[in-house]
Amino acid sequence: MAIVKMQKLSVCALKKNRKITLETLQKLGALEIIHNAEEEKELELMDTQEARATFQKRSEIFESALSSLAAYAPEKKGLLESLNGNALVDKSVYEAYVEKAEEISRSAGEVVSAEKGISECRGAIQKNEARKEQLQPWIKLDVPLDCQGTDKTTVFIGTLTGVVDEAALFALASEGISSDSAVTGDVLFTTNDSTGISLMCLKKDEDQVYANLRSHGYAKVAQAETEIPSVLCERLDAQNKAKEEEILSYQKEIVAHASEAEAYRVMADYYRTRAEKYRFLASVPQSQSSFFIEGWVPSDKAERISKILTDKCDAVVEISDPAEDEEAPTVLRNNKFSQASESVLASYGLPTGKNVDPTTIMSFFYVIFFGMMLSDAGYGLLMALITGIVILKCPRMEQGMRRFLQLFFWCGLSTMFWGFMYGSFFGDLIDVIAKTFFGYEGKILHAWWFEPLDQPMKLLMYCILFGLIHLMTGLILRGRDCLVAKDYVSFVADTVAWMCLVLGLVLMLIPTSLFVSIFATTINLPAWAMMLGKILTIIGLVLVIALNGRGSKNIVLRLLLGLYGVYDLTSWLSDLLSYSRLLALGMATGVIASVVNMMASMTAGIKFIGPIIFVIVLIFGHTLNIGINALGAYVHTNRLQYVEFFGKFYEGGGRAFEPFHTVNKYTEIKEEQSL
Amino acid sequence: MSMGDVFALLGAALAVGLAGGGSALGVGVAGQAAAGVMTQDPSKFARLLILQLLPGTQGIYGLLVGFIVLSNYGLLSGAPAGLATATGLGVFFACLPIAIGGLISGYAQGKCSAASIGIIAKRPEEFAKSMLFPAMVETYAILALLVSILAIMAI
Repeated sequence: MAIVKMQKLSVCALKKNRKITLETLQKLGALEIIHNAEEEKELELMDTQEARATFQKRSEIFESALSSLAAYAPEKKGLLESLNGNALVDKSVYEAYVEKAEEISRSAGEVVSAEKGISECRGAIQKNEARKEQLQPWIKLDVPLDCQGTDKTTVFIGTLTGVVDEAALFALASEGISSDSAVTGDVLFTTNDSTGISLMCLKKDEDQVYANLRSHGYAKVAQAETEIPSVLCERLDAQNKAKEEEILSYQKEIVAHASEAEAYRVMADYYRTRAEKYRFLASVPQSQSSFFIEGWVPSDKAERISKILTDKCDAVVEISDPAEDEEAPTVLRNNKFSQASESVLASYGLPTGKNVDPTTIMSFFYVIFFGMMLSDAGYGLLMALITGIVILKCPRMEQGMRRFLQLFFWCGLSTMFWGFMYGSFFGDLIDVIAKTFFGYEGKILHAWWFEPLDQPMKLLMYCILFGLIHLMTGLILRGRDCLVAKDYVSFVADTVAWMCLVLGLVLMLIPTSLFVSIFATTINLPAWAMMLGKILTIIGLVLVIALNGRGSKNIVLRLLLGLYGVYDLTSWLSDLLSYSRLLALGMATGVIASVVNMMASMTAGIKFIGPIIFVIVLIFGHTLNIGINALGAYVHTNRLQYVEFFGKFYEGGGRAFEPFHTVNKYTEIKEEQSL
Repeated sequence: MSMGDVFALLGAALAVGLAGGGSALGVGVAGQAAAGVMTQDPSKFARLLILQLLPGTQGIYGLLVGFIVLSNYGLLSGAPAGLATATGLGVFFACLPIAIGGLISGYAQGKCSAASIGIIAKRPEEFAKSMLFPAMVETYAILALLVSILAIMAI
């Protein structure tokens, strides 16, 4: 349970060793560079923007080649396998790939251009489809849409407003035309409010017919296609077919590269790592022939790093402790059990060098509270089994994921424990089965402690007691922070005073009739304890009133602030009541599990298929219950830590340690020693 | 079935119906927001789903209370206990905290979840904290549940 002490490492080396120094540091992955704001005159920073962009781009080419491969030639991967982290690549294989970088790049380029070809084909097909759709109404036409007529005739193709049938069309078009002149036309389609027509007349009648049509809202067809619609449609269809085939051939081309996926992965990581190197290099000050790196390293690794750098890269290395005002980045180090919950702390905020790392203490409360909320032996067993198997089967899982699963493994065990305490194994499943199938009436699984549904008030009392312990622990941690900072007044005002006041009040409350009526139990305290309660309360009150306003010099104001401080008791009350969720969520799991069991047992009487439905209902119901209650338990355990516990002492605000390292998304190179 | 049984049944119905309705509203509001974020970034699905589910608990609490009432007074086994009217009314009132609290807090928590989904859209790394805001609302549903259960147990 600690924050790893950080030291400053100053490295100075010759420029000719720059490559090897940087690569060594990157492989070690244990130094975070310090960006110095004030630049010295003789030193300058290199502009690596261009090189970085180049490498980034190359890495992206591999990425997009990989995503094409994943789309057309998906690799079969089991669920467990996909959890198993980055693939392990032999160093020799890796080096062979790097040697063939050009070749692999070309191959990835082919995949990318095939993908581009596919999307171009898709675009063309889509365009053709749209064109076809627009042609569809005119499909009956046997002249092109942009047909103007012949030497002697004029053709009108377009739409009229309103629905017009053939006879009406003929009548309205031929109005005012000498009867020996011919007008002939077709209604091609009608919609709700328009009619598509084609009409042919003699050239001499053109103006009259046009005027007639205009008076009925004639609009010339918008598309100027030069082919007969049906012919054009066929041609487009043929074109699309060809494009589809082209897509297939492109896909084949991509699939043919499937065997190179590993190479792509290695190269994607290779270029990503190189891009990262140039990003790092951009903040390394350099002179004409040497360069300087200043960075944070964990103090236990400092010696080793310094030795490696001196031996391998001819560098001059200096290790120093951080100055008083410097904020070192934070690295947490905890025992195996507690490190699982580091991420819980980290997502609230990392501690700064001045705080104590509360992970260890929090991890115990976390696991216990989670167990109380889920509180079913069967569910806990399932959780612990599943997470345990996954952890064992996937030894190389990514660290964050692994810790997350570890946390739930422990939470599962705790859930199992509390389940037995409350006498709940998939709710009352054992009793239900015994009763339904074997006709045995009575309880088989007895609670080790007691059943919450029988004595809810008793459990509520214990929940609040656990809450009190949790909060007091928080206060003690705050006191420790104050003592470390040598702020003794705050220690007395924030920790001692409140501990006295709260504990004193609790001791005074226990013998009162209020307590007895609420919890229906009498706890007989010895006289000295009652006396102690009174004394503690008075001491606490005096201290709070005297010290809460200690920032103010005005005596009246100080007194008022002190009295106002006593008002904080209400927040203690609400904090303590907040722990009632331990009871409520715990009961919710058990009761819903019982509902599921009861529903299942109702079906068991059906002939033949009864037991099958019984099992199906059980599986479905309990899965749902685990899901929703595990989510609830997770959220509310977090809340108890973040709001109630951390609220008492923890501020966070630390910065995560971000060392210069290899950026591997897919692969990990064997033999690569990281510290 | 006595008048008391009817009141107890009414209480159970309201607990399940109103609290469930609150959850439905809340999960619905949050789901709309989550679906919007999914269109931009499908990889956030798991986190979005968790946030959407947060207001779902009120319905469970309502079910819990409803079930306790139904099973305590024989309304589930088909042999009503024949409660006195006053007792039945007592059960009815005992159901009200989770019915009303569940309805309102479910909806409010849903809106809060929808806002937290906005956090996931822009700053996915703040997932743990974004869960806290809706969890704050839930406190009051838990308190309502507690009073409902304790009251029913005491009747």
